[in-house]
Amino acid sequence: MSLSGIGVSPGVVVGEVHRIVHVNVTVPVPGTLATVLTALNDVASDLEQRAEHIDLEIAKEVLSAQAMIARDPSLEEALSGLLVSDTNYADVRPAINEAFAGFRNALLSLGGYFAERVADLDEIAQRTVVRLSGLEVADVALTKPSIVIAEDLTPADTAALDLNFALALVVEKGGPTSHTAIVARGLGIPAIVGCAGALEIAASTQVLVDGRDGVVLVEPSDDEIATRQNREALLRVRADSVSGPGRLADGTPILLMGNAGNESDALSAVAVGAEGIGLFRTELLFLDRQTEPSVDDQVLMYRAVFDACDGRKVIVRTLDAGSDKPVPFLNAMDEENPALGVRGWRLTRIADDVLDRQLQAIGIAASQSAAEVWVMAPMIDTPQEAAQFASRARSHGISQVGVMIETPAAALLADKVLAEVDFASLGTNDLTQYVMAADRLDSRLSDLTSSWHPAVLRAIALAAQAAQEQGKPIGVCGESAANPKLAAVLLGIGVTSLSMAPSALAEVRGYLAGLDLAACHKAAQAALNATSADDARQQVTAILGD
Amino acid sequence: MPSEVVTVASAVGLHARPASLLIKAAAAAGVPVTIGRVGETPVNAASMLSVLALGAKHGEQVEITVADGDNADSILAGLVEIVSTNHDA
Repeated sequence: MSLSGIGVSPGVVVGEVHRIVHVNVTVPVPGTLATVLTALNDVASDLEQRAEHIDLEIAKEVLSAQAMIARDPSLEEALSGLLVSDTNYADVRPAINEAFAGFRNALLSLGGYFAERVADLDEIAQRTVVRLSGLEVADVALTKPSIVIAEDLTPADTAALDLNFALALVVEKGGPTSHTAIVARGLGIPAIVGCAGALEIAASTQVLVDGRDGVVLVEPSDDEIATRQNREALLRVRADSVSGPGRLADGTPILLMGNAGNESDALSAVAVGAEGIGLFRTELLFLDRQTEPSVDDQVLMYRAVFDACDGRKVIVRTLDAGSDKPVPFLNAMDEENPALGVRGWRLTRIADDVLDRQLQAIGIAASQSAAEVWVMAPMIDTPQEAAQFASRARSHGISQVGVMIETPAAALLADKVLAEVDFASLGTNDLTQYVMAADRLDSRLSDLTSSWHPAVLRAIALAAQAAQEQGKPIGVCGESAANPKLAAVLLGIGVTSLSMAPSALAEVRGYLAGLDLAACHKAAQAALNATSADDARQQVTAILGD
Repeated sequence: MPSEVVTVASAVGLHARPASLLIKAAAAAGVPVTIGRVGETPVNAASMLSVLALGAKHGEQVEITVADGDNADSILAGLVEIVSTNHDA
């Protein structure tokens, strides 16, 4: 059996499962204002003690911050306003929840970094209730090397565990920026977040965790273990052996860039040696906004990413909302078929001024920053749309204007589309689902939703050829660029730059450094003439080796 | 009451470490300290939750006010220093 999630810290380990299950109080908890305040105070003292005893700097800071929240005078004020002193309550849980709710909502509405503190608040409230209820909190400390599985790991959990014994962390919830991910990277151990079903694995079961692929194998065979461990070792050697700008073995320079949704992604990309940001997903800054950020706010948001790149190139994609990425203030309407509906550039049909304000903010932010800012629009279907976008972007002082090629129409008419703009970027995730007419989120169709499919590669080849003829740059910014072998195929097809998750960059750079352009061309020819995604992958592996 | 308008220098805004440093310093001041956007109702600078809920981001301006007291000016200078330093650098 295998489970999958998002790999957030690479590495392969095998070990026994240690499950952490949080106590959930489901019975009424009697108390008075005084007992509630004492419990809150005890929780704070406990957090302070843990902060003092833990070595890991990041956990120490989070625990201290949590202790400060628990000691916050405004929480005590809120509780005092809800509970009358010297009165016995049959259940104090509603008052505790209400006292925390005001702050919780305030933080949630701010989004981003601030909203992440909601987990701290929830944990403090929960610990206070558990303490009042008299239920013992199970001793979670690890006593032998184990793979830790939990719903989510809070800073206090990570403090209570003896993480020297943690081989890997696997949690059901959480994202790439969650506490679990940060702690794991800090410790240099593999970690997977968003791994549904992980808690169903019984304690002490032997599992393998591959933090690069985001895969958990339950009771793996010796072969499976050896394969994954060897591959990981090989990737590390390759990734570590090459640094500097991307190039092939014959010296051909390859522009390697990182994908980013915010400043911290941009910093990670720069840290791994990316030559810029090939895809700045601006919608990620909007997804948690109830209202459209003002132009001034947007300028600050873009500046943070531009400045993180320190003079490098940044390709900004204008709002790619709609379909699977609804933005609250662009009232997502009910669509029969959202992937084919009003999304990306098409949003200008219903909310035209949002784009103008965004372009204006990008133009201002670019003029204030040393970064070389290029701008492109998503879901461009026709040459007319490309021309409209180009003239609007240029009117805001943006000099390098491009389009995403992610529909079959844009690929088929790539020569006409490219004639209107300065560059193009292939969004291979969407291009694959549209060329194959298969929903990329539907696991039953996974054989049809592979970017290895020769039909997809031929669409890419059409666009790459048009770009080559016009001497214009064309990049790939989909997940396909992060797969080293597929990256080699894309270069062979004529793509000039690759942009990927920063965590994948060292591996791709290391792999490409061992190939020359002739090998990439040969691999590309084989893949373009294959009959299926599997066939393409096998033929390319036969040419390039493992 | 001495007060000063200062630009939040940390990339994460008044959050995490920058917020902790400010709150510790404000709590240690011994006199009430408030922080807020200019023209808006200020909040208790010694309250982590209130400071977080302010949601002051990188580049935003906030006004710090220290209640009159013996060392109000030097306390203010210390707090301004914390907010105007980029703690992520």
